[in-house]
Amino acid sequence: MAVRFLIPGPLRPFSGGISFVALAASPATVADAISALGTAYPGLKERILTEQGEVRPHVNLFVAETNIRDGGGLAMRVPEGAEIAILPAVSGG
Amino acid sequence: MPAKKLKTPTSSALSVRDGDTLLLVGTMKGLFLFGSRPNRRRWSMAGPFFPGSSVYGAAFDTRAGRKRIWAAPSSMHWGAELAWSDDFGKTWERPEVPLVRFPESSGAALKNIWQIAPGRASEPDLLYCGVEPSALFESRDAGKTWTLNPGLWGHPHREKWQPGGGGLCLHTILVDPSQEGRLTIAISTGGVYRSDDGGKTWQARNQGVRMEYLPDPYPEFGQCVHKVVHHRARPGRLFLQNHWGLYRSDDGGDTWKDVANGVPSDFGFCMGIHPRDPDTAYIVPIHSDGFRCTPDGRLRVYRTRDAGASWQPLTRGLPQKDALETVLRDAMAVDAFDPAGIYFGTRSGKLYGSRDEGRTWTLLHEGLPPIVCVKAATAENVRSRARGVKSRRTTARTRRAA
Repeated sequence: MAVRFLIPGPLRPFSGGISFVALAASPATVADAISALGTAYPGLKERILTEQGEVRPHVNLFVAETNIRDGGGLAMRVPEGAEIAILPAVSGG
Repeated sequence: MPAKKLKTPTSSALSVRDGDTLLLVGTMKGLFLFGSRPNRRRWSMAGPFFPGSSVYGAAFDTRAGRKRIWAAPSSMHWGAELAWSDDFGKTWERPEVPLVRFPESSGAALKNIWQIAPGRASEPDLLYCGVEPSALFESRDAGKTWTLNPGLWGHPHREKWQPGGGGLCLHTILVDPSQEGRLTIAISTGGVYRSDDGGKTWQARNQGVRMEYLPDPYPEFGQCVHKVVHHRARPGRLFLQNHWGLYRSDDGGDTWKDVANGVPSDFGFCMGIHPRDPDTAYIVPIHSDGFRCTPDGRLRVYRTRDAGASWQPLTRGLPQKDALETVLRDAMAVDAFDPAGIYFGTRSGKLYGSRDEGRTWTLLHEGLPPIVCVKAATAENVRSRARGVKSRRTTARTRRAA
């Protein structure tokens, strides 16, 4: 099964309006998965990562139910068929 | 290959004719556009554009026949970017890959875009951006591509600049219209810097600007400059609102003279300068850095007509009781009409305007999100009405302040 990203509403203008993006390749890590996502949808990658390649401070990425910040960050392994959710943090003002 | 752009339609646009007055009002939750005929009696509003994103930077560029509104929406979650509209908000273009970005070698990441400044009329494709962390970006192809200014980024002072309450931001860019190559910028907290060679090299220009909060009151740099304005017809004439302190320069920033004569506080953020008279400037004094509200609960604009030798309060139409307001550094603007229109927005979301150079004031709109920038412009190159959805007519007449 393909790894797929769950795209939150505010980012769907950058995914052509779709809410799930399935990757053709099987990424080993979250970083690989985002790289593959960015090849197809560069606007998504740019809004998940800073220009220095770090996850933006108020963006959370979950592989299944694990926040990658608790699972090795961008180097976290991605199981086959996993779902990666891009979720805005509960922050604002 | 040019970057792919998204063209985003909106449900709101401003109906504009050539010669109209435009106000670009950036808030913590989006951009609003206001438009009026040249008499500035009735105002229409469109927006919010980029709802949920703060918009600290905005500009209207009419060079080379354009009618382009630039905006810098910054999402807490998804980052800052530059967007533009050529139809007064009916559609906005947003590149998929943000245009303003630090190179990998810099090790920095963009936090916010504080200022967008068109270059001289003779260089219609030149644009500047001031950003956080403090840096200057330049575009020489009308905004298609942007590069980090290496002279300022590599300046030996940079490592000693410190963030103020709003972050470490380059918030002011003054392009000298008469002296080619001269640019003045201001950084909080870093001070004023000037380049006389088109941005290749930069020199601190803070002589005489006092720092109340350091053992050395007159350092070469490090001042917490809140705003600097210059006069387009006499660009050597500058006024400066410091974290504490109000100053004037008559030599392009080489030296500064304290002109806090008769103001209730020399703390404040915003400044405006008259479009024709270089001796006339406007400020909104704030009680202190601890309180950051208007003194005595009175919202007063102070105006000098003698280059800072004296300042007089302008209060007619402004609330003089229980008005604990703050006007932030970029939230005042002056239009080019005669008599000049003066505009400012408060952190409580009220937009005020005067169409008689400050003699009387009108509450143009209230209930906006906190206002962080106000830019005034005259519409050009419109030719015909933008065919957008009808904008909403404000009831400025009925909201005239008591």
